[in-house]
Amino acid sequence: MAEENSKYFKIKIITPNRLFYEGEAEMVEFNTTEGEMGVYKHHIPMTVILKPGVLTITGEEVKKAALHSGFVEITGDSVTILAEIIEWPDEIDGDRANAAMERAQDRLSKKESGIDIARAETALLRAVARINTIK
Amino acid sequence: MASMRDIKRRKSSIQSTGQITKAMKLVSTVKLQRSKTVAENSKTYFNSMYRTVQSILAKAGTINHPYVLPARSPKKAVIMITGNRGLAGGYNSNVVKLITRGSFNKEDLVMYTLGKKGREAMHRWGYELAEDYSEMIDSPDYIDAMGLCNVLINEFKSGKIGEIYLAYTGFKNTVVHEPKVIKLLPIEKSEVLEGTDGSDDSDERFVPMNFEMDETEALELIIPKYMASIIYGGMIESVASENGARMQAMDNATTNAEEMLGKLTLQYNRARQGSITQELTEIIAGSQAIS
Repeated sequence: MAEENSKYFKIKIITPNRLFYEGEAEMVEFNTTEGEMGVYKHHIPMTVILKPGVLTITGEEVKKAALHSGFVEITGDSVTILAEIIEWPDEIDGDRANAAMERAQDRLSKKESGIDIARAETALLRAVARINTIK
Repeated sequence: MASMRDIKRRKSSIQSTGQITKAMKLVSTVKLQRSKTVAENSKTYFNSMYRTVQSILAKAGTINHPYVLPARSPKKAVIMITGNRGLAGGYNSNVVKLITRGSFNKEDLVMYTLGKKGREAMHRWGYELAEDYSEMIDSPDYIDAMGLCNVLINEFKSGKIGEIYLAYTGFKNTVVHEPKVIKLLPIEKSEVLEGTDGSDDSDERFVPMNFEMDETEALELIIPKYMASIIYGGMIESVASENGARMQAMDNATTNAEEMLGKLTLQYNRARQGSITQELTEIIAGSQAIS
């Protein structure tokens, strides 16, 4: 996979605690503040900021993870994801995510004063990202 | 001359102290190994984080955001990271000294403390204390750092505090730990200018970066992450330093105990010999008196 014309590029996912993933991929997809985005090799250099969503790495096999926050540095031949919070599907508790989603929806629909709307929205997005990842 | 019994008592007390310090040393050696690995694992993250922030600042030289503008309030928040436990040589007091003997004005400071020892010391000195976050330092977690960071950023945005500092102990290697204070917010303008001027320097390794969003917005989103990662980094480096400092202190204590034991053993043997000689002399003198 090292040859020049290869459609694979390096991908590295780091969290504050560990190297979460390192490998090669054909395409990665994630959700950014500007919308969903997919990256192939030879993308222009760019830094984007993440929103909670599903991270999909397409290589020899397809890998999924729930990516909650952080940012991505894209250069022509590599993608580095600095993830504050990221989970593999087997690390996610489905029941908890469902409960969190309901709680957040509940809180948003009530529109009471004194609730932190931004926080509830983020919680909702996170729960949805988790649920989509384990689907 | 001290009696044999006195010396014996002292010996056994020193021996048990030596055993304790030896055990503590072993425990902190193991802990040090663990915290060192954590610190090393997270280094890549911080380096990439630092590079990204620098490249944003370099691109946005004339940015107009509270995070880079001079302080609006004289109040300064200091996040101070010390240990929850003592017996670690100068580890706790060095950080405290940095604040009390530094160039800070006592009235301007609000202390956000991580670590009971530092909190107690700051309380004694009469500094204004904010919340206590001591339990965070027992097992540093990035989520905790994010939480603390959000609290501080909200205070900063509401104008209650104008500057944020971090006082912690940097971990260079097992024996060298350096207490330091770094400024987190506002990020100094000079640093920003340096970035723009330095773009054609040969040692500059920044790839020209594009941002999908406006730089100001990017800054707004990235700075909290940047701060959280520095706070987290400070936490894990401090923990590694604490264990290193304790290991050293306990090593010294064990060596001292061994040295004292050696001296006392010598004294004890002398006293024993002395008493035997005396007894013999008494017996011989007694038998001579009878015959």
